[in-house]
Amino acid sequence: MALRKLTWVELKLFTRDPLSLVFTLALPFFFLVVLNGVFGNEPEIDPVEDVWRGVGPADYYVPAYLGLVMAAVGVLSMPVRLATYRESGVLRRFRASAMPLWAVLGSQIVIALLTSVVGAVSITIASALIYDTGFPTDVALLVPAFFLAALSFAALGVVLGSVLPTARSAQGAGIMLFFVMFLLSGSGPPRDVLSDGMRTVGNALPLTHVVTLLQDPWLGFGWATSASLVVAGILVGSVALSIRFFRWE
Amino acid sequence: MENALIVDGLRKRYGHTTAVDGVSFEVAPGEIFGILGENGSGKTTTVECVQALRRADSGSVRVFGVDPQADRARLRSIVGSQLQESELPDRLRVWEALDLFSAISPASADWRELLADWGLADKRDTAFASLSGGQRQRLLVALALVNRPRLVFLDEMTTGLDPSARRVAWDLIDEIRARGTTVVLVTHFMDEAERLCDRLAVFQRGRIIAEGTPPGLVDAHAGEAAVFFTTDLADLSWLADAQGVERIERTGSHVSVRGTGPLLAYTAAALVAHGIAPTDLRSERRSLEDAFLALTTAEAEVAT
Ligand SMILES: Nc1ncnc2c1ncn2[C@@H]1O[C@H](COP(=O)(O)OP(=O)(O)O)[C@@H](O)[C@H]1O
Ligand SMILES: [Mg+2]
Repeated sequence: MALRKLTWVELKLFTRDPLSLVFTLALPFFFLVVLNGVFGNEPEIDPVEDVWRGVGPADYYVPAYLGLVMAAVGVLSMPVRLATYRESGVLRRFRASAMPLWAVLGSQIVIALLTSVVGAVSITIASALIYDTGFPTDVALLVPAFFLAALSFAALGVVLGSVLPTARSAQGAGIMLFFVMFLLSGSGPPRDVLSDGMRTVGNALPLTHVVTLLQDPWLGFGWATSASLVVAGILVGSVALSIRFFRWE
Repeated sequence: MENALIVDGLRKRYGHTTAVDGVSFEVAPGEIFGILGENGSGKTTTVECVQALRRADSGSVRVFGVDPQADRARLRSIVGSQLQESELPDRLRVWEALDLFSAISPASADWRELLADWGLADKRDTAFASLSGGQRQRLLVALALVNRPRLVFLDEMTTGLDPSARRVAWDLIDEIRARGTTVVLVTHFMDEAERLCDRLAVFQRGRIIAEGTPPGLVDAHAGEAAVFFTTDLADLSWLADAQGVERIERTGSHVSVRGTGPLLAYTAAALVAHGIAPTDLRSERRSLEDAFLALTTAEAEVAT
């Protein structure tokens, strides 16, 4: 009851917040338009020259952008919301009114998953209509990959929202993380054109593994085992850290 | 009857600061109990420890017999709380807040009634961020009452309100009590404590330095009472024998009488008994503020 009501309220608040809508849904879409405009969707025939994993650039990007939406939710929208709630005493208010912690965090996670799904569906359809990109090759593998990745970023959002003390710090850290991930995780420039140093940094970023985890089943390369293990590790680690570090005030 | 609240030997330190240093008091059901003290005197820490929102280092608390730390769920069902420095999400609308918080508590009041009672009916669809200070406070108090609490904590609920909004808030607090809810009112405003509280505890540096009814505290600590009148009568020596009178000063026809207790009544009785009824007989009104200043400066001197 508490979870359902709070989730419904949070959903309404989310749609009333232009900033979170812009960052989580509009920005990835904007990147898609720009990058597809630059690179088109012609696959590179020469395998030595190819940086797009053997498919057209636009087809390469669609699954990457699904990951980008999750990243925006996990490092930007959720931490900022939780930190704002803590800073302005909303969490204290909830606690004093016996709002269960699982309802507070659960509603945020449901919103994160919903946003990821809405972002994914709209990007897939828009890209198919505008750039004639394809639909996922292996849906049966994509669905679990998708929810693993989305859940993992949502859990990361709870950790960041627990650790970052103020809305300002959450905003600063979130924007930085988001753009570093966008540039180094294969969701901006393809990973093959990055320098070795950049790729090393990229390997430490969750989005890199999420992009692989989503791209592989999408493009028909099967299940990305090592990426899935890393992403699952991030999920488990985040849950442990949130239990350890969550503060109501 | 069972006490609404018993606090015994409550202590809380933050690092090297002792915020609450052995506080004990009791609140009877149905009363408005005030916690009065300057900023930083440990009021908020005390009431938040009592509500198990912070953990005290030592001491025991019972809220209608319930140990808050041991049984938080039961505690939450019998107390309501308007926290200091606590807001709601900016874009949350008034009705949504009431609806949400009443959904959490099983025995919740009808929030539509609360909306009307607290004069928020025409603000039903207004976002929290767009409410005035007074409207926000009213909403937060309404939320504190949504679970039909037996005891409600109001922490600085009138801070930041303009004078007329404060008056309105005071009437609302009277109203809460009239409906049978016990109130613990935290404030640093003397006039507010004097106007509303049945009894109050004066806090200084984490301790209770005095406790009693507002008139009782005024009487015990606000210093001498003074009564003034004018008379042409030359000999007033008999007045010195009247109850409570300690000193009589006179300049021409202007007389001032100093003493203790209900000095005005005693003086008036003595005057009338001697056949004089001055039309300008009046007493200097001593307020809780005088008592508070006397108390806190005396304690500060002891401490240094
Ligand atoms: N969370 C905290 N951490 C450290 N010090 C605190 C904290 N809360 C209160 N204090 C300190 O404890 C003392 C009492 O504060 P508080 O209970 O808020 O007083 P009041 O409500 O009477 O203004 C102050 O010196 C304050 O700085
Ligand atoms: Mg306070």
